[in-house]
Amino acid sequence: MKQKLMTAMAAAVMAASPAMAELVIPDLSYRTGAYAASGIPFSDGYQDYFTLLNERDGGIGGEPVRLVECETGYNTEKGVECYEATKGEGTLVYQPLSTGITYQLIPKVTADEIPLHSMGYGRTSAANGKVFKWVFNYPGTYWDAASIMVKHALDVEGSLEGKTIALVYHNSAYGKEPIRTLEKLSEKHGFELSLLAVDHPGQEQKSQWLQIRRERPDYVFMWGWGVMNQVAIQEASNIRFPMENFIGVWWSGAEPDVLPAGDSAHGYKSVNFTGTGTDYPIFDDIQKFVVDADKAAGDGTSLGQVQYNRGMFAAMLAAEAIKTAQEMHGVSEIDRAMMRDGMENLEITDAKLEALGLPGFAPTFEVTCENHSGPGKALVQQWDANEKSWNAITDFMVADRELIMPLVMEDSMAYAEENDIELRCE
Amino acid sequence: MFYREAGDFKTSYVDDSQTFPIKFDRYRYYAVLVVGFAIIPFIINDYWVNAIFLPFLIYAIAAIGLNILTGYCGQVSLGTGGFMAVGAYACYKLMTAFPDVSIILHVILSGAITAAVGVLFGLPSLRIKGFYLAVATLAAQFFLVWLFNRVPWFYNYSASGQISAPERSVLGVSVTGAETVPWAAYLFCLVFTVICALVARNLTRGMVGRKWMAIRDMDIAAEIIGVDPLRAKLSAFAVSSFFVGISGALFFAVYLGAVEVGEAFGITKSFLVLFMVIIGGLGSIFGSFAGAAFLVILPVFLKVALADSAAVSDTSLVLSWLFFGVMCITGALALLRGVLRLAGSEIWAGMGPFLFGLTIVFFFLSAFCAGGLGWPTDLVAHFQLMIVGALIVAFLVAEPHGLAQLWRVSKEKLRLWPFPH
Repeated sequence: MKQKLMTAMAAAVMAASPAMAELVIPDLSYRTGAYAASGIPFSDGYQDYFTLLNERDGGIGGEPVRLVECETGYNTEKGVECYEATKGEGTLVYQPLSTGITYQLIPKVTADEIPLHSMGYGRTSAANGKVFKWVFNYPGTYWDAASIMVKHALDVEGSLEGKTIALVYHNSAYGKEPIRTLEKLSEKHGFELSLLAVDHPGQEQKSQWLQIRRERPDYVFMWGWGVMNQVAIQEASNIRFPMENFIGVWWSGAEPDVLPAGDSAHGYKSVNFTGTGTDYPIFDDIQKFVVDADKAAGDGTSLGQVQYNRGMFAAMLAAEAIKTAQEMHGVSEIDRAMMRDGMENLEITDAKLEALGLPGFAPTFEVTCENHSGPGKALVQQWDANEKSWNAITDFMVADRELIMPLVMEDSMAYAEENDIELRCE
Repeated sequence: MFYREAGDFKTSYVDDSQTFPIKFDRYRYYAVLVVGFAIIPFIINDYWVNAIFLPFLIYAIAAIGLNILTGYCGQVSLGTGGFMAVGAYACYKLMTAFPDVSIILHVILSGAITAAVGVLFGLPSLRIKGFYLAVATLAAQFFLVWLFNRVPWFYNYSASGQISAPERSVLGVSVTGAETVPWAAYLFCLVFTVICALVARNLTRGMVGRKWMAIRDMDIAAEIIGVDPLRAKLSAFAVSSFFVGISGALFFAVYLGAVEVGEAFGITKSFLVLFMVIIGGLGSIFGSFAGAAFLVILPVFLKVALADSAAVSDTSLVLSWLFFGVMCITGALALLRGVLRLAGSEIWAGMGPFLFGLTIVFFFLSAFCAGGLGWPTDLVAHFQLMIVGALIVAFLVAEPHGLAQLWRVSKEKLRLWPFPH
């Protein structure tokens, strides 16, 4: 009897389990903890885009996409667990949305030969494709962001000679990244840089803002994430710091960051490398195929928000890289090495963006063997507290790559030497 | 029946005072060692090493360290995370400054450096105790993290403030860095864990350990019978920090490979190790292992059981259904018991909580064998926190002496089982 039952069960199971080829995309998200406010909309956007491709186009190049979500809580130990747990499933590309986890994964993915895309975060010097074969950080790096922020201040002020800029940063690898570039820039443009570290998770910033109140810097730049952003903007409004002189990096300029401060957040600026709002044709499709079909990862309210759009952009870049890889190799079922080729030959043009329903949504760029970071373009956006919307106030600006590339080279070469890496692309 | 002293004769003092005087216990211990050294290395993969075994072994060392200080010597410490950071940064500085010296030596030296730092922060313990000492060690925690974040020399002036472990090998097999094969990292940590446990066990049952326990139980009485509190307390801080330092060094070099101090060695780490010691059992080496295993494996188990939806083998699915069936039966019985109780019946009195517990256990086993229930990951993350928290409270209420005491009681029971009269 027992034997019979087991056979019956086994048969039922075999009939139920699918056995088709698919593209496996992991989503190392964080929907809990101090960084959830930033992590949830990003992950929703990331997942919804792939859901849209599955529902509307039947996947990419005919291959359905399978998403594997794993909660990291922005914690490196859990991030490692997630990576090890998912990599056995043939995952194509990792996007951990955490600089700490990215640093953790760089040596691991290099050994395991899995592409890693840290879109606008992670290790800046991974821009050097000669050293970092498996790591990409297009369309821009932290150092580009720092340069663009200084550029914007220059455009407003005319000259920064004798001015002070305070950097309020998350006291971690993420927050410390821009310091070296800002120091170089301060030499070049003659402004004074003062550094104010905020410890994880960033709820306590009284002393830093007291210092800002005392020193009255002309500009405050911010490298914050999660709950730190909200607190900083609240504190800035408490000391009545002029919001138009307060500029955040692209991870410090989204709706959950400014909304708690209410009207006093009006005028706050941040850099961004994607468009905001839902005025793009693709959102009609997302509404129709994903949200209305009840397949959205979230509740559908974050559509058009900064982090949602950025998550969607990250997914779009991955999908375009998959398409490129499929064209290059002439197969629809690609593996990791092909995916890497696709990422290295990725080209985002206006025509492509138009065709995807995202006209003018992002800067155009091209990834090459040497350059894994694109050109480093971003715009500055400003928060309108009355309309509750982010408005772009500049066009896409190009970073001061002449100053940045030598720094990238220096840092990546040191890494290559430390780890005995042979240079590519020669 | 299995676990008995009868017929187990000792003919020398050495035999009589060994760690495991009962034969069954001793063979079980040897069996564990054989499995650990000779079988597991051949069957583990990346996932098992990085998600389960490395954290378990490394946290076990940290828990042993804290147990010596808190469990044996009675000095409460909330600075474990900070001391682990000392071990990690010492190891990093040594690894980068002396690349030709063996990593084994570096790990031991990091332990020694941490011991020195530990003694320094242990000095207040000579004047204060209890909560006040806990606050003083909390200061160590915050100061050390601040120091490693603030002074660039500690992270070799790297732009990001991260420290990453360069590749180092033992006998030609790399144990740190990305090219490390799973078994090498596992064995490297296992050797350290076993040696640390042996040293700790023998220290705690020797004269040093008895001095610590005398201080713990009543420091004035200890002083009267001739225990020097200065030496006893500071030696406890030194030995404890030595182990914690070793665990910090392994945590950084072998397990994570790259850390930033605020994230990896923050106050939460101190609490985590303290929970391990409390759940495992204060004043017990076995308890340190049990506590570490409990808090490392439980979250992973819950995640796999609830969040994943993996394809599993047919046997596993059949098992899952079996567990599900048992769960239904125990659940029905628990319900029945509840109804009976409402009706005023006394049949099966006292079985209610037991049946209820069984139902939950079988639910998770069933979910685990089915490859997970595929629940939303954030829901599972919240559940994890709730379940772990509830279990800690339940433990503190039901068995304040932790898993080690449960183990002791069950051994006591096994001596007579199955003929209790």
